[in-house]
Amino acid sequence: MYAQMVKSEATQDDPEKLAAFEARIAADEKIEPKDWMPVGYRKTLIRQIGQHAHSEIVGQLPEGNWITRAPTLERKAILLAKVQDEAGHGLYLYCAAETLGVSRDELTEMLLDGRMKYSSIFNYPTLTWADMGAVGWLVDGAAIMNQVPLQRTSYGPYSRAMIRICKEESFHQRQGYDIMMKMANGTPAQKRMAQDALNRFWYPSLMMFGPSDKDSVHSAQSMAWKIKMNTNDELRQKFVDQTVPQAEYLGLTVPDENLKWNDEKGGYDFSEPDWSEFFEVIKGNGPCNTERLAARNKAWDDGAWVREGMLAHARKKAARAVAAE
Amino acid sequence: MSSVNPGALPDGADAPRARNEWPLWEIFIRGQHGMSHRHVGSLHAPDAKTAIQNARDVYTRRNEGVSIWVVEASRITASAPSDKGPMFEPSESKIYRHPTFFDIPDDVGAM
Repeated sequence: MYAQMVKSEATQDDPEKLAAFEARIAADEKIEPKDWMPVGYRKTLIRQIGQHAHSEIVGQLPEGNWITRAPTLERKAILLAKVQDEAGHGLYLYCAAETLGVSRDELTEMLLDGRMKYSSIFNYPTLTWADMGAVGWLVDGAAIMNQVPLQRTSYGPYSRAMIRICKEESFHQRQGYDIMMKMANGTPAQKRMAQDALNRFWYPSLMMFGPSDKDSVHSAQSMAWKIKMNTNDELRQKFVDQTVPQAEYLGLTVPDENLKWNDEKGGYDFSEPDWSEFFEVIKGNGPCNTERLAARNKAWDDGAWVREGMLAHARKKAARAVAAE
Repeated sequence: MSSVNPGALPDGADAPRARNEWPLWEIFIRGQHGMSHRHVGSLHAPDAKTAIQNARDVYTRRNEGVSIWVVEASRITASAPSDKGPMFEPSESKIYRHPTFFDIPDDVGAM
């Protein structure tokens, strides 16, 4: 999802404390920052929440690309608000990660030098205005699929961040679908653009859930700790089942000739995405990896004088206030 | 979404490197309906004034509040989880502090 292929950390903790911790999780108690927690729980969470935060921040780039070229002033204001929300979501999540003992700058540096990842989806380009529709509808739709159950995650600060994010996320998906409806009901050229956006974003959206993890030990550990609530396959199936009727309503065709309703399982059968492409994107060889990281590095470097200047100013003022006392 | 908590780090973990980071502020917001200020999260800012400006952008984009408090996270003193027993158990046993402890006959009417 926004956090893909997060490895869980092996843990060697005091068996008594571990048993008490696991009993709390089983009783659906929330774990709070100062509570005892296994080393592996802490490390896995930092990795997962950090990756999620990075995805929100990098996720501003593909949509930011269209702010100046939105077709109307209203669309521009809406897109601006959505991109601002993504920044806010990144900030909620960074704060949650920081309660685990990692600093904001460390997290940022790990993103900028490639030690931490962000979601594969943001390494795809947004070529037309219809892509703004597809991103809101499909990418945010897939994100919601994952984030709604995470509101019940065991770590208190993460759960509270997810609750805030979910409240705001539904606007994102609906504004995307609204763009798609407009395009799908527009001129033949607009409808072709909408179909083209669906064609390009369908499989990358399915990849967002990550490869099948039904046999993964990492996933099993994370599910036991309630920092992962569903398997990747479960969420992907749910996403397809929800999205196909929405595509039909638009009069668009999901680009999968194997897509077929399966009465027996009560869901659609569908083609897997090309996982070799996914692993290439994760490795840094997607269409926009270099561009995305370069943009984040430039923003960080260009902002350095502002961060330093404002801190120096605040310290000077504080020192003067002390001297005046 | 509360303060960075070096005390929560496992023993022997690397001490966080000294950095020139903006300090962390805890943000409290009073909603529309005359309620108390409520903790909503935290953010980094160089000083209190900027913390309030940033809190407006981060935590009140949808009309969530009419008033903001900011407190530097390092200024907050919190009870320790290990004190949970001695701190809160004494009130647990005093069930007579709740109105439901007393049986009032139905004939008396609402009370």
